[in-house]
Amino acid sequence: MSLGVKKSRIALFSLLAFGYAFLYGPIVSLMIYSFNESRLVTVWGGWSTKWYGELMHNQQILDAAWLSLKIAAISASFAVVFATLAAMALVRYKRFRGRGSLLLMLTAPLVMPEVILGLSLLLLFVAMSEWLGWPAGRGQTTIIIAHMTFAIAYVTVVVRSRLAHFDFSLEEAAMDLGAKPVKAFFTITLPLISPALIAGWLLAFTLSLDDLVVASFVSGPGSTTLPMVVYSSVRLGVSPQINALATIIVTLVSLAVAIAGYVFYRQEKQRLKSLQ
Amino acid sequence: MRSRDRFNLGKRALIGLPWLWMAVFFLLPFLFILKLSLSEAALMQPPYLPFIREVSDGMVTMVVNFGNYLLLLEDPLYLNALLNSIEIAAWSTLLTLLVGYPMAYAIAKAPHNWRLPLLMLIILPFWTSFLIRVYAWIGILKNNGLLNNLLIYLGIIDQPLEILYTPTAVYIGIVYSYLPFVILPLYATLIRLDDTLLEAAADLGCPPWKQFLTVTLPLSIPGVIAGTMLVFIPVMGEFVIPDLLGGPNVLMIGKLMWTEFFSNKDWPVASALAAVLLLVLIVPFVLWQHFESRNRESLG
Repeated sequence: MSLGVKKSRIALFSLLAFGYAFLYGPIVSLMIYSFNESRLVTVWGGWSTKWYGELMHNQQILDAAWLSLKIAAISASFAVVFATLAAMALVRYKRFRGRGSLLLMLTAPLVMPEVILGLSLLLLFVAMSEWLGWPAGRGQTTIIIAHMTFAIAYVTVVVRSRLAHFDFSLEEAAMDLGAKPVKAFFTITLPLISPALIAGWLLAFTLSLDDLVVASFVSGPGSTTLPMVVYSSVRLGVSPQINALATIIVTLVSLAVAIAGYVFYRQEKQRLKSLQ
Repeated sequence: MRSRDRFNLGKRALIGLPWLWMAVFFLLPFLFILKLSLSEAALMQPPYLPFIREVSDGMVTMVVNFGNYLLLLEDPLYLNALLNSIEIAAWSTLLTLLVGYPMAYAIAKAPHNWRLPLLMLIILPFWTSFLIRVYAWIGILKNNGLLNNLLIYLGIIDQPLEILYTPTAVYIGIVYSYLPFVILPLYATLIRLDDTLLEAAADLGCPPWKQFLTVTLPLSIPGVIAGTMLVFIPVMGEFVIPDLLGGPNVLMIGKLMWTEFFSNKDWPVASALAAVLLLVLIVPFVLWQHFESRNRESLG
């Protein structure tokens, strides 16, 4: 290896190190300070887990967390169903009426500012309850519908990229052997694309769990989600309890993603091996 | 014949269900934004006058009110917010690209079995809470925060720097939050780059920096465009970052919409602002779609 190549290797490596420090530094600092004894968040007063204890007795946060988890689980599950339909339609049929508009409606939410999504959905819900009497009020149901809507777009990207490599002749073979299309889908296609569905579900779940803006617009009295509680307390400044909460969320999400990632990695490796 | 009918039914359901959902809950609501932006605010529940009103017995009239748009034009606050948003979105997009490009390049050049873990580490923060990651910067940037304490401790400064609640803090927050959106598409184009092109250039005596400028950079333009749009469009309407890190000093259109809606309860003006923002975003959005579809075609 020449000196020039080695030098550029070192430069690239240190650049990456800086980049990752930038990405992870803030999260790590927040996690460390969640164990800070002192109420003054930037003064170190020794190690303590008292903020975690207080958090466990904060009924407002616990209620909001439960509501958010419920909304995230329900909206992610429905989003995966719709996104799978959409991805199947887009991958299998290259030409149909409405393909262009379907593609547009599935990509625009990826970049659409949340304030617009939230406001427009709220106005729709108000009009619907005026004309149809449903939804009667705003709350859990309207937040679920809103979260489903943007999650469908994200999950479709994940499922579609998996289906793009899917060998549809497997499904055809099953149908040639007499399986009905629905059965062929559930016994052949679904198991094979399940990693993408799980990844999509996780993505939709975390997006919902994280959403402040859209939920603020479409929620009603009595349905305060976790990000809304976090936001209102964060606006008043840094709070050690929120640091503790953030640490719990970040740890759980990272663990889930890391485990899922590892399982898929293993599966993929095995699949490549079995192909050889 | 019958099974064919059923097959068609299945196809229709496959296409129809997601289409209908997105049409009702994504596309249709924009019409309501348009409608409400032409309504009049009022102290009632919901806080605006109906569009179609009964004047006298059976006489119905439709009242279109352009007052909200006139207000946006008259009060410099709104125009300033819009221009400010464009400026902040443009600069932060450029900054994100400047930070993200070398990182994507380094990952693409990393040893083969390093790439996947390195990419995973880029994506992981995206999965954890956006709100929390923005919040983390408050503790770092504030006057008695970690950064100022560190710099004072090192003797670099003796007075704390005022960073939080300035545009600088907003830029830091945006670059930090949107970095994965730039790195992923850039990586995707850089990894497809044919190394033999660079070798050919090197064989012909082209120095590395020139190889980069004449071969790598032009070929990675699709990734640059995708990254630009994935940052610029959502940042234009960003609320959380300017609100938490910019404080009252940074004016952006998304934040103004939030204030009009939640504090002033002026739904019509908030809708007019949303309509203007949508209008501004149509051009970059169409460009993005155009390049994406071309990109997909070139991939086959």
